[in-house]
Amino acid sequence: MKILVCISKSPDTTSKIAFTDGNKQFDENGVQYIVTPYDEWYALVRGLELKETLGGNLTIITVGNATDEAIIRKALAIGADDAVRIDADPKDAYFTAMQIAEYAKSNDFDLILTGKETINYNGSQVAGMIAEALDLPFVSLATKLAINGTTARMEQEIAGGIQVVEANLPLVVSCAKGMAEQRIPNMRGIMAARTKPLTVVAPAAVEDLTTYVEYKLPAAKSAVKMIDPNNMDELVALLHNEAKVI
Amino acid sequence: MTILVYINSSNHLAKSALEAVTYAKKIGGLITVVATGSVDEATLATLGEYGAEKVLVDRNVSTEDSQQVARLVAKAAETTGAELIIFSHDLVAKAVAPRLSVRLKAGLISGAVDVPNTSNGFVVKVNVFSGKAFGFVAVNSAKKIISLLPNSFQPEKTGSVCTVEAFDSESGSSTIKIIETKTPEGEIPLSEAELVVSAGRGLKGPENWGIVEDLAKALGAATACSRPVADIGWRPHHEHVGQTGIAIRPNLYIAVGISGAIQHLAGVNGSKVIVVINTDPEAPFFKAADYGVVGDAFEVLPKLTEAVKKFRSAAH
Repeated sequence: MKILVCISKSPDTTSKIAFTDGNKQFDENGVQYIVTPYDEWYALVRGLELKETLGGNLTIITVGNATDEAIIRKALAIGADDAVRIDADPKDAYFTAMQIAEYAKSNDFDLILTGKETINYNGSQVAGMIAEALDLPFVSLATKLAINGTTARMEQEIAGGIQVVEANLPLVVSCAKGMAEQRIPNMRGIMAARTKPLTVVAPAAVEDLTTYVEYKLPAAKSAVKMIDPNNMDELVALLHNEAKVI
Repeated sequence: MTILVYINSSNHLAKSALEAVTYAKKIGGLITVVATGSVDEATLATLGEYGAEKVLVDRNVSTEDSQQVARLVAKAAETTGAELIIFSHDLVAKAVAPRLSVRLKAGLISGAVDVPNTSNGFVVKVNVFSGKAFGFVAVNSAKKIISLLPNSFQPEKTGSVCTVEAFDSESGSSTIKIIETKTPEGEIPLSEAELVVSAGRGLKGPENWGIVEDLAKALGAATACSRPVADIGWRPHHEHVGQTGIAIRPNLYIAVGISGAIQHLAGVNGSKVIVVINTDPEAPFFKAADYGVVGDAFEVLPKLTEAVKKFRSAAH
């Protein structure tokens, strides 16, 4: 079983969101980057569980520059066997997905896993794009994944419920909550990660389909209006007359 | 501009589908809708009231198979000569729109909250950083795809019913086999709800949810919950809103006994109006709220439910 897990970096959830260079760039000053939690907790850990029961190899891949090696070592410390870094700035989802697809094309993975989305751009785009570029079936937002021979059985979120589906390998799956529990790397894993193979690959030429031209912070929220707990008629009146939501 | 809108309603036209057609109408141009799902022709024809000129429907395509749906939408785009393809940013769009982007080499904007600004190129405002900021994204390709965040535009009727045509996209057979579908009956799906009542650990136990359900019923609202409550099994996982659960943007979000951790706010900060009810006046959620009540949920909720009932009966 050959598994590829796509990881990306995201600013730590508690990071202050600010912009610089005339609101054209995300202000990285003081920002701590982490492995995107959905990539780490769900895609990577479920991939490791499958590898541990079925045997095989788990490779992680990221598109980023040399400073991203910290998140790569973290993923290796959790248990991935080897890593690939496409040496490029991940300009947009299309660029990122095409780089990963290009690498995957010549490596015959049985299963390609991603997290459900990043927590900075929230696009939920990369997995579907990889699937199309490789002409593979794709199951999005899976909350459970089991493999039986060459068949994968998954549960996935649908509007207001859950659906159980099956598809044949090779397959692309984006992973959501429910897949697995977070694993904390132990000292042995951290030591082993230092010597695990990391291959740096030059990027393929890919056109820019989209460009972020500017960012803005939302208008500051006006102060909360406190209501007397014994006067719920007032709250209802405000929701009707002022907020106009009921 | 020639526009194609994809919709996937299963038993009735989802509000998000009407929003997507209304959005296309606001951009302006010749609008064709391409549909999958089981909604009947007479109902699909009412999309004309929102601005569609024509609806194409392919009953052989399985909504669950993103590969098939992408082939269908690509074929419909080719047939109609569409330059812009619009999705509602729902679970199906999240699987299909990226595939279509690769298939057509069309730049994809996910989570749009406004119409494109075409004064200098084609720039669309989107939600980024889990709702903590807006981004403005330019699409450089000739063909473009926008996935519209639900509840950004209200449906508007401007026209009359349109024609519905069967469309055979020859999209092959589905590679995704559906084994089972579990959707609770009779509940308002959270993703479609305009009013939401949500509760957290402050409720102290699953047996106390009656007061939450009473308020939701009086309002005609859906119920939701925080992550810890779903994790310990007090409430079903599909009710969990927040960063790891689902993100919602209702008109009104009432949070009861939820402290307002940053991960919870990431799932609800797109709500138009937020009401927070909490015993702790220092709860961080009050900073994100429009209206706040410091009080015990077990006393406040029944009073609020009575006030809503009184208001509703006076309004009729």
